[in-house]
Amino acid sequence: MALLDVEELSVTFARRNQRPVRAVDGVSFSVDAGEVVGLVGESGCGKSVTSLAIMGLLPKQPGLTVGGKAVFDGTDLLKIDDRSRRDIRGRDIAMIFQDPLSSLNPVVPIGIQVTEVLTRHRGMKGEAAAKEAAQLLDRVGIPDPKRRLKEYPHQLSGGMRQRALIAMAVACQPRLLIADEPTTALDVTIQAQILELLKDLVRDSGTALVMITHDLGVVAGMCDTINVLYGGRVVETARRRPLFRQPRHPYTVGLLGSVPRLDAGRGERLNPIPGSVRDLLPWPDGCAFAPRCTRRIDSCVGEPPALVVTHDSRGYRCVNPAPLPGAPGEEVREVVPGSATPGSVPAQAVPDDPPAVPGLAATPSEEDVA
Amino acid sequence: MTIISGKKREKIDRLAELAARDEERGVSLWQDAFRRLRRNPAAVVGAVILTVFLLVAIVGPFFVPYGPTDTMGIREGVVKVGQGLIPGHSAEHWLGYDHQGRDVFSRMIVGARQTLLVGVVATMIGLAIGALIGGVAGAAAGLGGRWGRWVDATLMRFIDMLLAMPSLLLAVSIAALLGPSLITVMIAVGMVSVPVFARLLRGSMIAQSNSDYVLAATSLGVRKSKIALAHVLPNSLAPVIVQATLTLATAIIEAAALSYLGLGNPDSATPEWGVMLADAQPWLGIRPALAIYPAVAIIITALGFTLLGEAMREALDPKLRK
Repeated sequence: MALLDVEELSVTFARRNQRPVRAVDGVSFSVDAGEVVGLVGESGCGKSVTSLAIMGLLPKQPGLTVGGKAVFDGTDLLKIDDRSRRDIRGRDIAMIFQDPLSSLNPVVPIGIQVTEVLTRHRGMKGEAAAKEAAQLLDRVGIPDPKRRLKEYPHQLSGGMRQRALIAMAVACQPRLLIADEPTTALDVTIQAQILELLKDLVRDSGTALVMITHDLGVVAGMCDTINVLYGGRVVETARRRPLFRQPRHPYTVGLLGSVPRLDAGRGERLNPIPGSVRDLLPWPDGCAFAPRCTRRIDSCVGEPPALVVTHDSRGYRCVNPAPLPGAPGEEVREVVPGSATPGSVPAQAVPDDPPAVPGLAATPSEEDVA
Repeated sequence: MTIISGKKREKIDRLAELAARDEERGVSLWQDAFRRLRRNPAAVVGAVILTVFLLVAIVGPFFVPYGPTDTMGIREGVVKVGQGLIPGHSAEHWLGYDHQGRDVFSRMIVGARQTLLVGVVATMIGLAIGALIGGVAGAAAGLGGRWGRWVDATLMRFIDMLLAMPSLLLAVSIAALLGPSLITVMIAVGMVSVPVFARLLRGSMIAQSNSDYVLAATSLGVRKSKIALAHVLPNSLAPVIVQATLTLATAIIEAAALSYLGLGNPDSATPEWGVMLADAQPWLGIRPALAIYPAVAIIITALGFTLLGEAMREALDPKLRK
């Protein structure tokens, strides 16, 4: 059995006098121990909300409904009470956030913030905690950890801060780490270092890692399995190699095609996916990606496409997938019909929104959803 | 590639060294604020005024030329109120006598201590009660869920009640209720500032509760009480401290007002600027200076606190930080 099994996770935000927004719409994936799983997608596709829902960190407000299951080691994280959830957080599951500066308390020295976790979950105090904290900082590659423990977050560089946050996250050797765009706020050179560090930690400790990112480079370098999200649903799931070699869903194809390439000719233009996440179709009415899709056919609209699972455990949610080169006899193993709750709209497909101008519409930030 | 001349290179090296030293020293929020305060002329003026005031209030009473309650003017027959004779400044009595023949200069200096005491204690009372209510409400609203919101709403309605009354009226009612005394003045003036502190700390804490580091701490399983005390509260204090400085100014003025209205220390022999101001009223026609001295002293002191407080507000404002 997998370490974490997310089944049909859905998150809906009800709004006053408006149709509810469905930020996550039946996302399923599983994470095995020691495995690195990527959740990929552009802003607003529900990847951060998915992670916050698993952690139970979504702001408790009236109108928030979380459905489905997130089974971690036999317990459904969505059903347990706050007390046991707090015990699990930081000890069994830890999270690394996007912006290391704002995720550290500006007026508290690093050392206190690291030892806090040790005190909370491992009951360490005083000298022992300080020693362990120094070791942790050393382990995540912060030089001169004794001195750094006494320093404030703003005295550390961006990379150091992210390392400190990682140190806090791995302090109790959690079995699952969720990294929500851990390198977005960092320089490219630092990004590589942080990714190396995460890789090392995963390899050394057997920790499973859920990597949430919009950066395909990060995915290519780290993940074993990749789930591509669009409009709150998984549109394609595959192991790393097949996904990069032969993407099936047109969205994945578009994502891969829009990455700027160093070997492209100088005159060549970039290949963005036309439109923005705003022009998506509500899932119940068909494929959310259809308005932006280059392979759109008539049957895209009308009914939500089912998840097609092929013989090599790949899956895609598309009625007209990109063809496999040189593999005519494709064996479809299973077709999972897409469930949809009528009466709700996916995030961003807000009916009263102004019509989006393709390419010009501002992509809503993650905060709009979260 | 351009060649850098020796002189220029020296300069660059020096800059780099300075930058490195800056980095080395490391500046916390307060150190940074202090540095910027020193560069602000208003803050310096305020600080100088307050230093002088503090010095006078603390050590002044040991060096006064005459006893502040000694009615020497009447004893020596110099002051004859009936005939409208209240002598002004002279070499022996720099600010002259008051209507009871006491040395005004000595009374001003000893009064500084009373005024400071009233201001500080009143502000402390307001800060303590206000911060307690505001802190509990803010933590409850920011982190406590539905039950917390209920606690917050209850506490804040109480604060709204206090806020609905005009401050001086509230102070007068409290003072009248408790009977005139110095302690009464302190409590009354302190209570008036409670809503301000409570609302300020609550708002600040709610804002901080939504920040990323709270989310990060929550994701690590840190308990809510710990998050409220160790993370949210320290980050919310700056505006409250600024407000305390500003409240010192209004507290002094309000204490003077209460004394003036006769709700202050019933023993009018004890020198206090507000009492002196009230006492001077019947004699405005003969010796207006008797009212002007304490009035100017109150104004300058309040100005000092306000200048420093406003400068601190600017220095600590995260939006204005570079």
